[in-house]
Amino acid sequence: MIQIESLSKNFAEKKVLKEVSLSIPNGKITSLVGSNGAGKSTLLGIISRILEPDQGAIIISEKNIKEYKNRILAQHLSILKQSNHINLKLTVRDLVSFGRFPYSQGRLTAEDELKIDEAIAFLNLTEIAEDYIDELSGGQRQRAFLAMVVAQDTDYILLDEPLNNLDMKHSVQIMKILKELCQQKGKTIVMVIHDINFASYYSDYIAAMKGGQVIHFDKTENIIEPHILHDVFDIHFEIIERGGRRICNYYDN
Amino acid sequence: MSIKNKLILLSLLCLGLLAFFLLFDLPTNWTYAFEKRSIKIAAMIMVACCVAYSSVVFQTLTANRILTPSIMGFESVYVLIQTVIVFLYGDKTFTAVNDKENFFLSILMMLGFALLLFRFLFRKEKSNLYLLLLIGLVLGTLFRTLSSFLQLIIDPNEFLMLQGSMFASFNSINLELFWYALAIMLLCFVLGFRGFRNLDLVILGRENAISLGLDYFKTVRLYLILISVLVAVSTALVGPITFFGILVTNLTYELFKTYKHAILIPACCLVSCLALFCGQLVVEHVFNFNSTISVIINFVGGLYFMVLLLKVKKV
Amino acid sequence: MTDILSLSEEQWLVLRVSRVPRTIALLLAGIGVSVCGLILQQMTQNKFVSPATAGTLDAAKFGILAALILLPEAGGVLKVLFTFAFTFLASLVFLKIADRIRYRNIIFIPIVGLLFGGILNSVTVFFAYQFNIVQDVGGSGESYGAWMVGDFSGVLEGNYELLYLCIPAVLLTYLYASKFTVVGLGKDFSKNLGLNYRSVLNIGLVCVSLTISVIAITIGMIPFLGLVVPNLTSLLLGGNLKKTLPFTAIFGAIFLLICDIIGRLIIFPFEVPIGMMVGVVGGVIFLVLLLKRNR
Repeated sequence: MIQIESLSKNFAEKKVLKEVSLSIPNGKITSLVGSNGAGKSTLLGIISRILEPDQGAIIISEKNIKEYKNRILAQHLSILKQSNHINLKLTVRDLVSFGRFPYSQGRLTAEDELKIDEAIAFLNLTEIAEDYIDELSGGQRQRAFLAMVVAQDTDYILLDEPLNNLDMKHSVQIMKILKELCQQKGKTIVMVIHDINFASYYSDYIAAMKGGQVIHFDKTENIIEPHILHDVFDIHFEIIERGGRRICNYYDN
Repeated sequence: MSIKNKLILLSLLCLGLLAFFLLFDLPTNWTYAFEKRSIKIAAMIMVACCVAYSSVVFQTLTANRILTPSIMGFESVYVLIQTVIVFLYGDKTFTAVNDKENFFLSILMMLGFALLLFRFLFRKEKSNLYLLLLIGLVLGTLFRTLSSFLQLIIDPNEFLMLQGSMFASFNSINLELFWYALAIMLLCFVLGFRGFRNLDLVILGRENAISLGLDYFKTVRLYLILISVLVAVSTALVGPITFFGILVTNLTYELFKTYKHAILIPACCLVSCLALFCGQLVVEHVFNFNSTISVIINFVGGLYFMVLLLKVKKV
Repeated sequence: MTDILSLSEEQWLVLRVSRVPRTIALLLAGIGVSVCGLILQQMTQNKFVSPATAGTLDAAKFGILAALILLPEAGGVLKVLFTFAFTFLASLVFLKIADRIRYRNIIFIPIVGLLFGGILNSVTVFFAYQFNIVQDVGGSGESYGAWMVGDFSGVLEGNYELLYLCIPAVLLTYLYASKFTVVGLGKDFSKNLGLNYRSVLNIGLVCVSLTISVIAITIGMIPFLGLVVPNLTSLLLGGNLKKTLPFTAIFGAIFLLICDIIGRLIIFPFEVPIGMMVGVVGGVIFLVLLLKRNR
C-alpha cells in the first residue's frame, strides 16, 4: 500500500499541494484525474521521489521512502514520465536492460537476461529488439520504455500520462498491457490520465484532484457520477452505461 | 569493424605517431633530445586524456553534444590570473612568481570559481545546468573584459610574456609540474571510474535515472567537481584549448556508436591523443612552429563545431 | 549662461572638434546597439539574445581583421562594407541555428550564440597569429583585443561621421517593428499572416549588421549593452515593440552617456574605456536579470 500523509508542496509562492492524504490500494490500477494544474503530476513526482515535499511523508510497505536506500527503493517502485525523447544510439534491448540496474548495477546476470527477454516479449517488442530507440514510432517507443519498467519488476509502477501523444489504437494497446500487468503480476499501478473514459474503463480506483487537494477518492463506479465529475471538472457530464461499463459524454458543454 | 578492433587500430595509430615524434630526425647526441621529447609527449597524452574524459562526461551530464566544460568560464579565469600577474609584476614576473606557484594558484582560482558557481546554482531540485553554464559564460565575458582592459595597459614587451601563457603549448613543459598534474589526473580518473555505469543511466534523463535508483544529484555533483579539477589542471599545465573537447567527443561518437562510458571514455582518450599528435605534427612540420597548437585546434575544432551545428536537425 | 556665451576660441574649438562629436557618437552608438539588441531579441523570440550573445560582435571583429589583412589601404566606407558582409552572413547563420533549436530551453540559445562567437573568434585569432597582430585582435580568443574595446576617447571631428549610417537603419527598424515580431514567431506563422518572411528577415539583419559594423569600426565593442537596455525597458514598459522601441533607443543613449561620464570620472585624469565600463555594469545587470528570472 502507498500511504500519502499530509503532503504539501509549494513552487515559489504557489501552493501546488495542500495537505494531501491518501491510501492507494495494492494490486489495483488507480487513476489520478483532474484539470490542468490540479497537482496530479506533482503528487506523482513526490511519490516517486523525483520531487521532494515541503511537508508530509510517503509510506511504502510501512516504511518512509526517505529511509530506503535508492537502489532498494528502485526495486519496489518505478516511475515513467511523459516525454522521453532520447537522441542516442540505444537499442530497445539496451534500454530494457537498464531496468535491471537496481539489481545488478549494470553487470547483467543470467537471471537479468531472462527478465529482459520476458519484458521484451511481454510488450511484443521481440521483432524490433535490436532497433534504435530514435527510429521507433511513438507507440513503439512508449512500449519500449514500459518494457524497461516491466524489467525493473517493481511492485509499484507510477505513470505520468502514459497515453500522451498516442493514437486510439496504441492507447488501447498500452492500457491492456497495464491491465495485464496488474492482473497477472499483481502490480500496483498509479497513473495520471487525462481521458476520463480511459480512466473509467480501465482503472479500479480513481482519485480526483482539484486545487492541490484530493477531493474524491473511491472505486471507479462511485466516481463516475455526474455530480461528482461536475464537482471535479466544473463541466456537465452525461454518463452512458453499457454492460456494466460507464462512458462519459462531456462534449456538449 | 568491432569495437575491440577499432580500439586496437586507434592504439596502433597512436603508437605509430608517438614513435615518429620520439625518433624522427633524432640527433646523434640523442639523450637530451629524447628526454625532452618524452616529456612533451607525456604531457600531450595527459592533456588529451583530461580533455577527453571531462568532455565526454560533461556532455553526458548536460545531455548535449555541442558543449564543452571549458565554456563554464574556467579559461577566462585562467587568462585573467595570468594577466593580473604580468600586470602586477611587469618584467619581473618570472622572478616574482615561479612556475609552481603560478600553477597551483591558477588551479586553486579556477576550482574556487567552479565550486562557487556550483554552490550557488546547483541545488537539489532547481538544478538548471544550462543556467549554470550561461552564468559561467557571462562571468567569463566579464573576466575577459577585465583582462583585455589590463592587456591594453600592459607594455607590448610584457604582453609577449603573457601571450606565451595564453596559448596552449607543449614545448616548454615543467617536469615537476607535470608530475603533480599527472597525480591529480590519475586520482580523478580513479574516483570517477567506479561510476561509469551510473553515467550510462544519466543519459536516460534525470527522472528515469532516479526511478532506476540512481542518486542523481550526488552523481552529477561528483562528476562536475571531477571535471572542474581536470579542466583546471590541463589548462594550468598547457593553457586553454576551448574547442578541442567538442571535436574529439563527436569524432568518438561517430566512430563508436555506443552509449557505454566504459568504452566511450577510453576511446575518446585515444582519439584525442591522435588529434593532438596530428595537431602538433602540423604545427611543427607545416607551420614550422609559426603557429601554436591551440590556435590550430581551436580553428579546426571551431569549424567542425559549425558543421555540427548546421548538420544537426534538432539539437 | 554667460560662461557658455563667453567661451574662448580655444574652448570653442574643443567643443566643436571633440566634445560635440563625442556626445553625438555616444548618442548614436547607444541608440544603435540597443535597437539592434531589441530587433535580434524579437527575431529569435528570446530575450537573452543580443549582438554579444549571437556572435555578431565577433563576426564584426573577424570582418575588420579581414579588411586589415586583405585591404590595408582601404578607406572607411570600404571597411564598413567588408565588415558588414561578415556580420550579415554570421547573423544569417546564427538565426538558422537558433531556428532549429528554438523549442529548447530559452537559456540554450545564448549559450550557442556565445559559442558561435567563440568560434569566429578562434578563426580570427588563427589569422591574427599568422600576421602577428594578436595583441590588437585579442589573445587566444580569450579577450577582446585592444582596439576592439569600445572607446570614445579617440572620437574627433572627421573620424566618427560613419556613425550617421545608423540613423537610416534605426528608422527602418521602426517602420518594420511589428513585422519583426511576426518573423520571430516562425516561417509558417509569418506565411499564415501573409508576410514575406525572407525579405523581412533580411531587412532586419541588414539593419542590425550595418549598425553593428559601423559602431565596431568607429568605436569598438560594447558588450551587453544590446542585451541589458532592451530587457530593462521591457521590464518597465512591457513588450509592445512599437511602443518600446523609441524608449529603448533613448534609454540606450542615456545609459551609454552615464557610463561614459562614470568611466571618465573614476580614474580621472585617465579614463576607463566605455566597452569595459558597460561590459562590467551590463554584465552585472545581466546576471541579476538571469538569477531573478530563475527565482
